[in-house]
Amino acid sequence: MPDLGLEVLLKGKNMARLLGGLWVALRISLIAVAVSIPAGLLLGVVMTWKHPLIRALTRLYLEAIRILPQLVLLFLVFFGTTRVFGWDLSGELSSVIVFSLWGTAEMGDLVRGALESVPAHQYESAKALGLTERQTFLYVVIPQAARRLIPLSINLITRMIKTTSLVLMIGVVEMLKVAQQIIEANRMSSPNAAFGVYLTVFVLYFLACWPISLLAGHLEKKWG
Amino acid sequence: MPKALLTIESLVKNYGGGAVLNGIDLTVYEGEVLVILGPSGCGKSTLLRCINALEPIQAGTISLNGEPIRRDSKDLPRLRQKVGMVFQSYELFPHLSVLDNITLSPRKAQRRPRQEAEAEALALLDRVGLKDRAGDYPRQLSGGQKQRVAIVRALIMHPEVLLFDEVTAALDPEMVREVLDVILDLARQGRTMLIVTHEMQFARAVADRVVLLDEGRIVEEAPPEEFFDHPKTERAQRFLNTLTFETVKKKAKNQ
Repeated sequence: MPDLGLEVLLKGKNMARLLGGLWVALRISLIAVAVSIPAGLLLGVVMTWKHPLIRALTRLYLEAIRILPQLVLLFLVFFGTTRVFGWDLSGELSSVIVFSLWGTAEMGDLVRGALESVPAHQYESAKALGLTERQTFLYVVIPQAARRLIPLSINLITRMIKTTSLVLMIGVVEMLKVAQQIIEANRMSSPNAAFGVYLTVFVLYFLACWPISLLAGHLEKKWG
Repeated sequence: MPKALLTIESLVKNYGGGAVLNGIDLTVYEGEVLVILGPSGCGKSTLLRCINALEPIQAGTISLNGEPIRRDSKDLPRLRQKVGMVFQSYELFPHLSVLDNITLSPRKAQRRPRQEAEAEALALLDRVGLKDRAGDYPRQLSGGQKQRVAIVRALIMHPEVLLFDEVTAALDPEMVREVLDVILDLARQGRTMLIVTHEMQFARAVADRVVLLDEGRIVEEAPPEEFFDHPKTERAQRFLNTLTFETVKKKAKNQ
């Protein structure tokens, strides 16, 4: 049996530190998700409006966020804006801001797509039955859009959780950073620690995201 | 003299620069079945959609019992309850069961109690032979069944006039009959209906009056026997001629 370097995790509080790192990652992503979902719902509705200026602005926001790699956004907010505007942002707060901006844009686009996927004829037949605009939205459009939206937005949440591994680049000590610290500190005593520790990181990310993925798949099948 | 229920005066509807409806005057009387015929693109479906204010109009008035139907009217949802419409593509709500499809609008738009709405829905479903499908979802039904549910969904609102927009055009031939039978039954009950259809024999059987529409105008208006057997205008004759075929093979034999 080769040395997998797993014994490192039993030393001191290493396993607890890794779990603490996972909690930092989850905290950032869950706060961002909590901001992105309501903001994205609002943005998505606005994106279906026909007004040309609103269209151009929302489009610009979405494309800008999509084109920039998340890492560049993180650097821009953490190193860029703090210098230019002279405010003091912690790495974690910068991460929450970036992930919220990103999540809102993606969520908005999912909401727009889901709303537009309800055919015009469905609105018409609801109106022809004498339902008001509000009732049409509430009882006909939203239930159909939600069925398409929920699995897609759950997938977005798992993407947001995974992508938090980038925030170590602006000095946030999340799971991956803790892993690097553990490996570094045990370089002499456990030279094979990299394997065991990263394997554990892999398993922890998997355990965090897999149930969410399963739920998305289940809902997709149920409502597909 | 029967009472005028629906009055359309000098209706003009433009679409993309051209006039789709170009000055339509039409009165529909209580209990009357009016069949609207015409070549495709003549504006017959648009006319029905205008009556329900699903399309904006550029000039003219449409009124039901003297009340104008206008898109900017705050009262539009209430007026639309009096105008039942059935579409070519059924347009049932896919996320609701047959029973919920039917009871949604009476419960929400008319605020009727669920129990009462469901009882009436089941009675109407029974009438069109679909009582046992009440719990099914639209995707489990055939086209003909979906269309019968769509008719029930319009009927439960107790509309004063029913609009049928080519309701059998998307159906397989063997399902057309079951839907047309439902409409014939409604005609027997004395319902006021405007029917756009391509089923000529059905039109003849169901209509009190036939209107031929061409290029956005009414070109002929007559009782069905007169219209089909002795069309007055050249346009109507041409329209009816496109529907009959000479038997080519027999002809070849006789020569």
